Amino acid sequence: MHPFDHHDREHLLGRRQFLQAASLAGMSWLTPLGEMLARQAERKRQPAQSLIVLWLAGGPSQLETFDPHPGTLIGGETKAIKTSVKGVQIAEGLPRLAEEMHSIALVRSLMSKEGDHERGTYFMKTGHRPDPTVVHPSIGAIICHELPVGKTEIPRHISIFPGAWPARGGYLGGQYDAFKTYDPLGPVPDLRPRVPPHRDERRMESLAVVDRAFSRGRASQVRSFLIDDQRRAARTMMSSEQIKAFDVSLEPEKQRLLYGDTPFGRGCLAARRLIEVGVRCVEVTLSGWDSHANNFEIHKNLNEILDPAFAGLLRDLRERNLLDKTIVLCAGEFGRTPKINPASGRDHWPTGFSVALAGGGIRGGVVVGATDPQGGPQPEDPRPAHDVHATILHALGIDYGQLRQTPIGRTVRHSIGTPIKELIDV
Amino acid sequence: MWLRNIVFVLLVATGLVALAANLFPKAAPPRVEDFQPSRFQDADFQSVVEKFNSAFRRQWAERNLHPAPRASALTIIRRLSLGLTGTIPSLQEIRQFQAYGGPEPIQWWLAGILKDRRYADYLAERLARAYVGTEDGPFILYRRRRFVSWLSDQLMENRPYDEIVRHLIADQGLWTDKPATNFITVTIENNKKPNPERLAGQVSRAFLALRLDCAQCHDHPFEEWKQEQFQALAAFFGGVRQGFTGIYDSNGVYHMEDRRTKKKIVVEPNVPFLPELRPSHGTLREQLAHWVTHRENRYFARAMANRMWALMTGKPLIEPVDNIVADASSYPLLEQLDILAEDFAAHHFDLHRLIQVIAATEAFQRSSCASNGFVDGEYASVLALSPVAPGISSLPWGAMYLTAGELTPAHVQTWAVFPLTPLRPEQMVGGLLQSASLQTIDSESHILVRIATAAGQNEFIKRYGDAGKNELEPQTGTLPQRLLLMNGKLVKEKTEQGIFNASSRIAMLAPDDKKAVETAYLAVLSRLPTAEESALFEKWLAGTKGKQRARTLEDIYWVLINSMEFSLNH
Repeated sequence: MHPFDHHDREHLLGRRQFLQAASLAGMSWLTPLGEMLARQAERKRQPAQSLIVLWLAGGPSQLETFDPHPGTLIGGETKAIKTSVKGVQIAEGLPRLAEEMHSIALVRSLMSKEGDHERGTYFMKTGHRPDPTVVHPSIGAIICHELPVGKTEIPRHISIFPGAWPARGGYLGGQYDAFKTYDPLGPVPDLRPRVPPHRDERRMESLAVVDRAFSRGRASQVRSFLIDDQRRAARTMMSSEQIKAFDVSLEPEKQRLLYGDTPFGRGCLAARRLIEVGVRCVEVTLSGWDSHANNFEIHKNLNEILDPAFAGLLRDLRERNLLDKTIVLCAGEFGRTPKINPASGRDHWPTGFSVALAGGGIRGGVVVGATDPQGGPQPEDPRPAHDVHATILHALGIDYGQLRQTPIGRTVRHSIGTPIKELIDV
Repeated sequence: MWLRNIVFVLLVATGLVALAANLFPKAAPPRVEDFQPSRFQDADFQSVVEKFNSAFRRQWAERNLHPAPRASALTIIRRLSLGLTGTIPSLQEIRQFQAYGGPEPIQWWLAGILKDRRYADYLAERLARAYVGTEDGPFILYRRRRFVSWLSDQLMENRPYDEIVRHLIADQGLWTDKPATNFITVTIENNKKPNPERLAGQVSRAFLALRLDCAQCHDHPFEEWKQEQFQALAAFFGGVRQGFTGIYDSNGVYHMEDRRTKKKIVVEPNVPFLPELRPSHGTLREQLAHWVTHRENRYFARAMANRMWALMTGKPLIEPVDNIVADASSYPLLEQLDILAEDFAAHHFDLHRLIQVIAATEAFQRSSCASNGFVDGEYASVLALSPVAPGISSLPWGAMYLTAGELTPAHVQTWAVFPLTPLRPEQMVGGLLQSASLQTIDSESHILVRIATAAGQNEFIKRYGDAGKNELEPQTGTLPQRLLLMNGKLVKEKTEQGIFNASSRIAMLAPDDKKAVETAYLAVLSRLPTAEESALFEKWLAGTKGKQRARTLEDIYWVLINSMEFSLNH
């Protein structure tokens, strides 16, 4: 039996206990009905509405984050600490996340076949292996494509600190690429006209004249490239109140300190502000995890940034009643080798690595899978990494398995994985 | 002390001379010295162009489509510059073109492009994307820049295309010394050996326009490729290894794993079709290289003809560019593609010849506009003035007009109008930088100009969004692109008032308002303004002086660069 199964059990028991209590109250005849109603209520749970991806670029070590093995040959100097969930321990550098563990689910046995940064990033961002015959959309692009726009006047797919391979629209089209932006202390690039209003106005008016001249005799073709639509969307964004969501200086200082006053922390705070105005997916990148040398020092430093940002985000979302509607995924392209190399580093390791998930109906405090304390390549209860995508899409109410056609007629599914049933009702 | 003073004076003097040289550039050298117009008038050249044109005319007649008229000469040379050098014609070049009074002006212009280093560099990067993609590849073992510059040298020499490809597939040696081997080393994973499946996929896709790699894991669902055919192709690369001497061929064999029994099975190398074209001598890779590039392997010539057409026009004859399936009889434009391909093969895979033939076709030279100056569906009235006679195919260019009604998708599909395509990021930035300089920016330009150009370019391309190896697939506009063009730093720098910027020079040097507007239009859009546009911008300029005039020209430049026309190949 799996060591962590009991969390799942406990959860189920809670529901059953309630029903048992109902029957004890002399309404035993109602039990079948009660069970039915309970199930229906559960099914009616509003699906999640947005996703925040905390992208740990470079491949974080599972052993120094969510899956420590202290006191073993592979564990190195990293110690483990207790968390708010009994029996679950994480690495010592993440004390605040340890306090939030009841909201966080860990999958410790993810399997991928991609040990290269670019290919691994593609796989983890899209849930599909790189394939020369098609470019898959990142999960954020899928969400924007599937869920309605609402009143959002700014791009609904955003990448803060985009690395070399930010989230892409793939075959869904360039309009689903993540909008790239940087430290939310500075202004969003290219949002302000470079000339005073009277010149800006004159420019826009005459632009219409030139475009009209060109469209003559080719209007329908010109329209198909969406240039006009995208320009209008850009103008809407430029003048929208919602762009304030990027600006974390509008938050009280207390709030900024909650996330840790680092660029990544500010990115996470901006992510919360953005989903509040209807953005569907925000990717916030924290780079530098590629610890081929000096693994322990690198992780110590990065954990100091990650811990308050991730924990602060969860707390802030909960306090604003957003945690139920928002999924937070913390992942990198792969994990790192159990074996410590002579440079006291760890190398790439795509078999048996961890991700953390929270919010949006994901069960907290659950741990799925376990890696070998001896460092063997086969974890207990292995899960293909694309199950994470299926889980998230399912939680958002998206039919991830439906067959679809790409523009060139290739048949695809949004995810070829299976939702992880320990994390969510399937 | 006096030494330092002298050095300082010398430095200042050199600086001034350099500045003067830049401000007053030397007269441009003649574009082409040995142009032979007769080559484009001989029967060999004319007959292939005519055959290609009549294939289209027949299709239009069958479907009762009436084609758009010929585009203006300036539009055509803009297409050529964008497709083959990634930038627009400079004002200086436009003036040269207008001054040329000889025969075959389009071919004369093209001859200038084909001897320009920008052509070789630009095309090399485009082909490299198809061959090795844009990824960084394995550290140390892969040198993409060496690879691209080697390709560029081959193109500059106009080496036959089959020879280039044979080097790519079969070369041995170090990736630094024999840059073609980077085609092999890019597939090395985890420092081991090159990956036979990836190589087989690349060979079939890049050189044969077949997606055999779709059959890598299973028999292809709707094409005839079988998994074993793909594995047999991969087996040609089963013995490739890397060592101290670089890439070499060992006696190693290629194994595949049986999915059910998990047993390793040795796979014999075999070509998927036309086995009689495979030579029996040479290394396995040499055998494969000769088979791929064999004159009678029509997939090879087809693949390049389709790709070159796509690069020059923005859209392949058969889409997607790297998938012309085996049973291609269903493609309406296969006949046209094969005319190009057969001519290409018959002329020893001469890339210049292929480009010249494409440029000479009516389809390439056709307007992207339904009929000059009329909105789709609004030009029925002109038809009364230009009735279409039956048997259009015998009519000369100008007599053909579109029929009444909407411009239909069929017009676009059959090249009855030139299709619009969004410019790729490198073309956008190339056009932007060139429009800001009245002189041609090329390998002859001042080194500082070129360095500044490269720095601005990369940042712009990153923000505009680069589709990498899929750049020839259909794209649409994005919001960040619009923001970047409206409010971005590079557009500001290249349009604002400044001694080196075209907008300010035009403000200073144009003799009158009308000429100023015309010059800006030529420099940015390679055309003259319409009456409405002229009137609008002349009104802006009327009575302006000094800084105000420069600012007004900055605004005009901004408008032209932000126009949809500037963002589309047309």
